[in-house]
Amino acid sequence: MLRSLSIDAEKCTGCLQCEMACSYENEGVFNPAKSRIKVFTFHDEGRFVPYTCTQCDEAWCLHACPVEAIVMNKATGAMEVADSVCVGCKVCTIACPFGTVNYNQDTGKVIKCDLCGGDPKCAEACPTDAIVYVDADATGLDKMRAWAAKTDNAASARG
Amino acid sequence: MSWTKKILRVNLTNGEVAEEPLNMDWAAQYIGQRGLGTRYLVEETDPTCDALGADNKLIFATGPLTGTAVSTGGRYSVICKSPLTGAVACSNSGGFFGAELKSAGWDMIIFEGKAGSPVRLHIENEKAEIIPADDLWGKTVWETDKLIHAAVQDPQVRVAAVGRSAEAGCLYSAIINDLHRAAGRSGVGTVMASKNLKAVSVRGTRGVGNIKDPVRFMKSVAEQKQVLAENAVTGQGLPALGTQVLMNVINEVGALPTHNMRDVQFEGANNISGEAMLEARESDGKPNLTTNAACFGCTIACGRISTIDKGHFTVENKPEYWGNSGGLEYEAAWALGAATGVDDLDTLTYANFVCNEDGMDPISFGATVGAAMDLFDLGAITTEDTGGMDLSFGSSEALAWCVEKVAAGEGFGKEIGMGSKKLCEKYGHPGLSMSVKGQEFPAYDPRGIQGMGLTYATSNRGACHLRSYTVASEILGIPEKTDPLETEGKAGLVKAFQDATAAVDSMGLCVFTTFAWSLDNMAPQMDAACDGEWTVERLVEAGERVWNLERDYNMKAGLTGADDNLPARLLKEAAKTGPAEGKVCGLDEMLPEYYSLRGWTPDGQVTRETRQKFSLPA
Repeated sequence: MLRSLSIDAEKCTGCLQCEMACSYENEGVFNPAKSRIKVFTFHDEGRFVPYTCTQCDEAWCLHACPVEAIVMNKATGAMEVADSVCVGCKVCTIACPFGTVNYNQDTGKVIKCDLCGGDPKCAEACPTDAIVYVDADATGLDKMRAWAAKTDNAASARG
Repeated sequence: MSWTKKILRVNLTNGEVAEEPLNMDWAAQYIGQRGLGTRYLVEETDPTCDALGADNKLIFATGPLTGTAVSTGGRYSVICKSPLTGAVACSNSGGFFGAELKSAGWDMIIFEGKAGSPVRLHIENEKAEIIPADDLWGKTVWETDKLIHAAVQDPQVRVAAVGRSAEAGCLYSAIINDLHRAAGRSGVGTVMASKNLKAVSVRGTRGVGNIKDPVRFMKSVAEQKQVLAENAVTGQGLPALGTQVLMNVINEVGALPTHNMRDVQFEGANNISGEAMLEARESDGKPNLTTNAACFGCTIACGRISTIDKGHFTVENKPEYWGNSGGLEYEAAWALGAATGVDDLDTLTYANFVCNEDGMDPISFGATVGAAMDLFDLGAITTEDTGGMDLSFGSSEALAWCVEKVAAGEGFGKEIGMGSKKLCEKYGHPGLSMSVKGQEFPAYDPRGIQGMGLTYATSNRGACHLRSYTVASEILGIPEKTDPLETEGKAGLVKAFQDATAAVDSMGLCVFTTFAWSLDNMAPQMDAACDGEWTVERLVEAGERVWNLERDYNMKAGLTGADDNLPARLLKEAAKTGPAEGKVCGLDEMLPEYYSLRGWTPDGQVTRETRQKFSLPA
């Protein structure tokens, strides 16, 4: 079963535990500046929104890469950057419509979410379940359940 | 590690910035942040110096756990001599600035001297630059934040700044970072402005690493996050209601200081409570509270993000206040509300926004307004003094007017900006200042919670709830229940809380974790992250060392045991209602025992033996 990151921004408090877990897993330091998942604060609106790669099936980044450094991990469905192949041309960062592939000036390579090989640390670190790792075919399940709970069975029976 | 082992020294007089190594011998003794910053202050300044002169220093200090994944590990403190108290000032702030500073590679910034004209400091990792800031002088914190972001073209820069109140010399001005988090108390913002330093902006992309035992650390961090999640206060009460969970609780136990501490219960408490912040408004159907919010790395998320009713008189035709910003926390709601008798949630939220916008400590501000209202009620202050404003207890208009005047440093706002001690002295009633060492009380009446009387009297930075929060034990039963109306045993309780809290404040963590965590929960995280062996015993010892160092600084600054006192109102006028009815604070039953437990002389001086025991500097 493929799993996907599912993000519910309403639950996010903006604590950046996800960014720390991500950067620690991938860079060995607690460093939000190098996190592959980012939490955006919309101060006036009082909203926090985590955002990261959704692992497109027809991935713009993968198709744009001239050296085929981005390949799909068949086990997880993640589009992964092979550091040994990446030449740092940044074409993928232009190709990605969502901005979730970014250049890392310290290494000269690009970085993006790789689902931590199937054990995403951001979801593990999130204290409010704003980020969860669930069945890829059922990321809408919680929202469906919430709406289902609001369904007025008595009214529909009468109708 | 997890210190970066680097200090940034900024000489504002000659414009030089320099890197120097952190004194690791001191770090081993004083940990970081509050303790280590104070150690540097003691070493480098004369305690008798003018707090607003060039000889005072201003230290921004992170802790060894700041910037790590330990829950709440994002804090920094600002340390200097206080212009409000003449004692040591150490104000702790959350938000994201502290972690960003650490991530840029710095444990600490030491500002010394005074710039000839307004400047700001910009840090980008190893690079630090003093930049002219004439264009920012006269701007609010919120405007300054926006202008710096526009100037550096980097949305991820974190800014700490002072507002117009500090420029005008308000003695309780705060340093505000991330728009609404404050190094709030004792006038650290006033000291910053006195150096012509308007703002510090920082961008750090190096990260915090060098964890001593990464595997053990990550395991411990995950376990302790779980402890916070499963605790009723840190897992449920604080996220849902914030510190405002306390308003109704403290009112019910008869310890909510009201009308400048004339009363211990406030009839309007429920209207300004955490529960009230969740109720839908009539005008637009929205509650005051939009969401809770976390500081860096915090898995509690007690922060309040609020709005004001757009039609409210305070913000009518002022769209700049219509969006969300930092909402009321308990101490602010108490000071702006119960202390003044104002029970209108929108007025309080507005006053809170303005305190953030122009950098004032809402506790000292609100309590000083309460004192002014007391003086007005007695006829000692009249409309002639205020220029026509009626300062009656309970007046929303008066509160909103005062906050605008102090923010701008105008007219009668200059007098409110002096703090209650100087205000009450000026108008002939020094006994009406509800303060210790010149700093106003926070939100717990020591007639109803006796341990807080000793807490306030002996706090090294003047009246403060964050130095030994015995409310946890006396009201909430954490770690064990004690009787709030009894003085017996409180000396030991206060000392234990003071020492433990000093350790928490020195590691880089938030004291709110202590509703669920003791040092038993923190030591394993500290030990896994940092050089050396960090046991509970060592943390307690370091905390006690920090406490004695601060005390010693104050004594050298000219304070004495006589300053460990409370206003006569709390010692002689009994509580009129509630469970504490008929009680005064029994400070004299606690203080001698406290001195003895501290190893101080009967008049409160640190003895030679105690000094030697903790290897305090001469």
